Amino acid sequence: MLHIIVCIKQVPMVSELPWDAKTGTLKRETAQGMMDPSSRRALEAALQIKADPASGPVRITVVSMGPPMAKEVLYEARALGADQGVLLTDSCMAGADTCMTAMILGAFIRNHCPDAGLILCGSMSSDSETAQVGPQLAEELDIPAIGYARRLELGCRCIRVARHVDDFMELMEMDLPGLVTIDHAAESDRYAPRYVTLGGVEAAFNTGGIQVMDGRALGLEKEFNALKASPTKIMEVYSPLTQKEGRVLTGAVKKMVDTLFDDYGKIISSAMGKDLKTHDHEEDL
Amino acid sequence: MSAEKQIWVWADYRNYFQSRVTLQILARATELARKNDAVVCAVVFGDRVDEYVTEYIAHGAQKVYVTDDPFLKTYNVESYAFLLSALVRRFQPETLLVGATRFGQEIAPRVARQLNTGLTADCIDLDMDDKDRLVQIAPSFGGNLVAKIITPKARPQMATIRPGTFQELPHDDDATGEVISVALPDNMPAPRVRCLKSELQPVHARKIETADIVITGGRGMGSKGKFKKLFDLAELLNAEVGATRPVVYANWVSHDSLVGQAGKHIRPKVLFSFGISGAIQHTAALADARFIVAVNKNPNATMMKLADVALVADANQVCTGIIRAVKERIRD
Ligand SMILES: Cc1cc2nc3c(=O)[nH]c(=O)nc-3n(C[C@H](O)[C@H](O)[C@H](O)COP(=O)(O)OP(=O)(O)OC[C@H]3O[C@@H](n4cnc5c(N)ncnc54)[C@H](O)[C@@H]3O)c2cc1C
Ligand SMILES: Nc1ncnc2c1ncn2[C@@H]1O[C@H](COP(=O)(O)O)[C@@H](O)[C@H]1O
Repeated sequence: MLHIIVCIKQVPMVSELPWDAKTGTLKRETAQGMMDPSSRRALEAALQIKADPASGPVRITVVSMGPPMAKEVLYEARALGADQGVLLTDSCMAGADTCMTAMILGAFIRNHCPDAGLILCGSMSSDSETAQVGPQLAEELDIPAIGYARRLELGCRCIRVARHVDDFMELMEMDLPGLVTIDHAAESDRYAPRYVTLGGVEAAFNTGGIQVMDGRALGLEKEFNALKASPTKIMEVYSPLTQKEGRVLTGAVKKMVDTLFDDYGKIISSAMGKDLKTHDHEEDL
Repeated sequence: MSAEKQIWVWADYRNYFQSRVTLQILARATELARKNDAVVCAVVFGDRVDEYVTEYIAHGAQKVYVTDDPFLKTYNVESYAFLLSALVRRFQPETLLVGATRFGQEIAPRVARQLNTGLTADCIDLDMDDKDRLVQIAPSFGGNLVAKIITPKARPQMATIRPGTFQELPHDDDATGEVISVALPDNMPAPRVRCLKSELQPVHARKIETADIVITGGRGMGSKGKFKKLFDLAELLNAEVGATRPVVYANWVSHDSLVGQAGKHIRPKVLFSFGISGAIQHTAALADARFIVAVNKNPNATMMKLADVALVADANQVCTGIIRAVKERIRD
């Protein structure tokens, strides 16, 4: 049996939040957690392997490190077809950077899934976009890894991966156990994610079956503190805005557009490489 | 152990003509090195890489560490990461910078893990403070804030930088540099990942990075259908079209139109920005836009504050209006 572990992150919906049509600001108060889109693709890849009779029996475990609320994405993954969900949550894990996240996920896989054959991650999460957790988890577990997969092909105890990196189309191969990250780019539509109906998630909620583990259950050291263990420190957070003394136009659209071309048409026409009629021209004539 | 302070730039030359990122980082490293008398070094791995070594010296590298061996002919992230970590342990640079190509994004976190040090991804700027600390400046959560990050104790201080963030120095044929050859270590592990095929794809000629006029559209365009109008305008103005991340995620346009930290950096003479709020991940790529026209219903949107001319209006109406105006005013 092939045991696939899919690492799933819960991310805030911030950048896809609705905006207030009146004020034009984001409705941050409606921020909710959602499944990181690239993790969702990784799950999709696992589900497709499982659905393929040629793969033989497959078992999918989804794992997430995060606050208790991250349980939601695990329920969703269960509703989509994952066999088991595990949430790694503990106050000592708060503030984990990518290295610590990889360490914690690694401790779970090493200590609790000794039969893991294939580990799947998204290539890049939507809230931090570091693209670090996958490669660092492979280091942690000391297993081979291939990044940015667009297509997976399971062989006999090995896997072939088609990928697109830096303008190269590549075909790679490695023995299992191994780790693959699934390309987050929208063009790789083979693993375009599927969604569940609300009813499906509710059903999964009722079946339960999300295991919760803290640092002790994982086998982390007593004094472990992810935030303290992080080698980087934030010194300062600031707003980078360098404002221009720009000109603000309001009123009727036609008038604004005319002002734009009358007063700045020269700049635009020289960038276009074509002549435009502007005020200045009229005066010239 | 070297007594001198060194800033290392990992040299990614595989797709040299498309990606000039190594040269760009060398340029910034040269400025940083002036602040604390450090030496700028490039690190080159591969098989017969002489021409790249010369090129990096011409672009600012004062020293080049080279491991030239047939074993390194194909880019293999495991071997390269092992080797880079080994060199860092031996020569102990203070700082290690890596271009955020996809390959760079794979090798950097692995090396950071092997060396137990920190890594800041996708810096929009770098600085060196008076305590010789690399200040890693990167967008922080949410989108309108920037964080200054340091690595207080662990070394080297590592950062990745997206292509286009800095500008390369002109090629200087007279520049000289020291070349240090490092033999492949005896304990190189056998590669566990096999590369069966690797083909360079012809690059499609999208020239948004170099276009003189760029038209960007955001979520404020409203729908995929309405967004299309920007292409009509682009054709008239001889411009290229770019987009923000939500637009790309919603599949209104393809991923390679993404402008921002995760996408393309642009340097147009004129930028038209329609229905874009101006989150830092987007505006980080606009620093070199010379003249900005922004359209937004909300006069307080960040994008409007960055504009030379800000039109408080509906993006679609203005787009239509500009199309009409250009047609009327154009002289062939
Ligand atoms: C790690 C990370 C990396 C990211 N990388 C990138 C990146 O590379 N590039 C990028 O673009 N984003 C990136 N983002 C997303 C970024 O934070 C913003 O969410 C995004 O840029 C917002 O896009 P937008 O301006 O189109 O949408 P919104 O923020 O929703 O803004 C829409 C704007 O349209 C205006 N508007 C609404 N209706 C109208 C109308 N009818 N007429 C005129 N104006 C109207 C509104 O007032 C508002 O200002 C990244 C985010 C993260 C977390
Ligand atoms: N807290 C987490 N829990 C589970 N998986 C994670 C977590 N953080 C990151 N990952 C995985 O690593 C991938 C890349 O994330 P990142 O390095 O943050 O860009 C994600 O798509 C997930 O598959």
